[in-house]
Amino acid sequence: MAELCGVIGIGQTKYQSARKDVSMPGLVREAAERALEDAGCTWRDIEAVVIGKAPDMFEGVMMPELFLVDALGGAYKPMLRVHTAGSVGGSTGIVAASLVQAGVHERVLCVAYEKQSESNATWALSIALPFSVATVAGAGGYFAPLVRGYIRRSGAPEDTGIRVAVKDRQNALKNPLAHLQLEDISFEKVANSPMLWDPIRYLETCPSSDGACAMVFASERVADRQSKPVAWVHATEMRSEPTMFSGRDQVIPRATLDNAASLYKKAGITKPREEIDCAEIYVPFSWFEPMWMEGMLITERNEGWKMTYEGATALDGDFPVNMSGGVLSSNPIGASGLIRFAESALQVRGLAGAHQVDGARRALGHAYGGGSQYFSTWIVGSAKP
Amino acid sequence: MREVAVVGFTQSPCMRREPDRNEVEILIPVIHELRKSLGFEKESFDFVCSGSSDYLAGQSFAFVSGLDAIGAWPPVCESHVEMDGAWALYEAWVKMQMGYADTALVYGFGKPSMGDLPITMALQLDPYVNTPLWPDAISLAALQARLLLDAGLVTEREMAEHAVRDRKNAKRNPFAQVKGDFQAASLLKKPKLVSPLRQHDCAPISDGASAVVLAAGDRARELAKRPAWIRGIAHIVEPQELGVRDLTRSRSTELAAARAGIWKGAVDVAELSAPFTHQEILVERALGLGAKTRINPSGGALAGNPLMAVGLSRIGEAARRIWDGSASRAVAHATSGPCLQQNLVCVLEG
Repeated sequence: MAELCGVIGIGQTKYQSARKDVSMPGLVREAAERALEDAGCTWRDIEAVVIGKAPDMFEGVMMPELFLVDALGGAYKPMLRVHTAGSVGGSTGIVAASLVQAGVHERVLCVAYEKQSESNATWALSIALPFSVATVAGAGGYFAPLVRGYIRRSGAPEDTGIRVAVKDRQNALKNPLAHLQLEDISFEKVANSPMLWDPIRYLETCPSSDGACAMVFASERVADRQSKPVAWVHATEMRSEPTMFSGRDQVIPRATLDNAASLYKKAGITKPREEIDCAEIYVPFSWFEPMWMEGMLITERNEGWKMTYEGATALDGDFPVNMSGGVLSSNPIGASGLIRFAESALQVRGLAGAHQVDGARRALGHAYGGGSQYFSTWIVGSAKP
Repeated sequence: MREVAVVGFTQSPCMRREPDRNEVEILIPVIHELRKSLGFEKESFDFVCSGSSDYLAGQSFAFVSGLDAIGAWPPVCESHVEMDGAWALYEAWVKMQMGYADTALVYGFGKPSMGDLPITMALQLDPYVNTPLWPDAISLAALQARLLLDAGLVTEREMAEHAVRDRKNAKRNPFAQVKGDFQAASLLKKPKLVSPLRQHDCAPISDGASAVVLAAGDRARELAKRPAWIRGIAHIVEPQELGVRDLTRSRSTELAAARAGIWKGAVDVAELSAPFTHQEILVERALGLGAKTRINPSGGALAGNPLMAVGLSRIGEAARRIWDGSASRAVAHATSGPCLQQNLVCVLEG
């Protein structure tokens, strides 16, 4: 019943710790203009704007889309603001695609951003409220116990996380937009970096970045006329579950397993590891690569670490993961999910430059958020579904 | 367009200050009652979408706890907008149009009493230029009202009469917060709150939640005797800067109304969520409503204003008039941002 939808334009800013040269409107407009240029269209062609970002407190503006209307060419158009915790970038892309798939619009601009330098994310995540217990842990403190749980049950070698961190930073050196460009990255350097939240070391953690990512989604009619390659949306899926309840597995939650199974079913995929050529997975702390390889049903339970260990997830492996350098190399939080979606689309369009996987025809984009409880994913392909 | 209808609606009472419960505790009974009324106690919805604001709760990711009101497993296909629940309903409607869902649960919730709302709303403005001056929400609306009065486009009496009408209608609404019989002449003798606005010109601050169920085609016919079919739904945003838009009309409401097809037939009932009397007048004009339309039978936003749920409640209230047969065509309106910056119009038919 749904109409076909294709990604015809992608634009990203350079990711760095503080973009002091631009305001928030300047930041989002930079990404949006690049996406329009890639799509070969103008502001006038855009029928609706969908914007996503993580909590408003990260910049201290309530519903910032309202003041960003002009910067995003949204005046006298429909504008939606999505917020689904860390998965928001992915969800924003899915909402934008839905507007085309539902036949409501022909061209939709989707933008996600974060300007972390204008506030303090760990503060914003740690506010003590009068009626609930504050964890005052930030994200790293929250996720470290889940990683320890994973290591205990899988028996993964303790240096698995270090290997992920090295691999993703090496990939980032091939992506000029990536925030971290660590020329001297090495196993020893990561292993010797300070332990922040045991077992997560400083260099196994994502940076705090400013940045924006934009995409233009188009109907089949419009996409068929594009001269540049199109990434076709094959399937999208989302799942959420509450943060805490008795019996919940927080390490590999049921929401990720249900989400993966439904996504592959919709995309007609039965052997994901073989049928998907590469993946951009939301890995804010190194250990989440093996965890999500299991959570996304790419490999058997307790064996995700083997993929990392054997080099399967490297750029030249059989299932490359985070070719762009991933969240470990650039993390404008609200945009990080959309960057995964955009980078997966770049791969199947063959436009990923030095971090291109040869012959990528089908790619997975993934985002998660909250206490490992929000999942949004998609499959894009170089051919129509 | 796929046939999609509003088949269920529940709400909490609008309260100036909910003393005991947090946001999700206000929401839980609303959703439980809705599930019960439709026989959805065990069944899950194909899609769930909500609207709320972290800044009302004073907490990042405040909406996450809303999931506690849905239940634990199975995990739900779910999304959230940092907007009024009316826009969450729009997202759900889109998912149903693409054939992704046959049923959807939509909810909105907010507890603005925890902070100083008019000042909190100043955080919606340009953070580099306007917010540092802390223009509160009532003062911005007052500037707009002053423009309208000076241009002779509205009178203070007309504004007071809108408050009188809405408060009178609200007498029949057990969920409303401000209700009763008032006289315009005596309201006009009251002191000004922020000139030219008086207390009666401003919507109350309300804690509350509401929830709606949408269903498509035959599923809707199973769940409701007389489903309220969504014949058109559209929303439009304007630039925020007050100096670059015409504040004496609501251009975005006019555009959304046209897209939603409001003028294809007579409107029996309209439910408006304008938070100030002069804005209610502007919205009525933008929608082209005349004497034949019953406006705000629930009392509208001026009688109960649970931010982030108030627009969704208007859709629910309009649907109720379709269900009970008192209207065959109804319109609901939702707004967001300073001085009616963003507006949504939904046309329902029996």
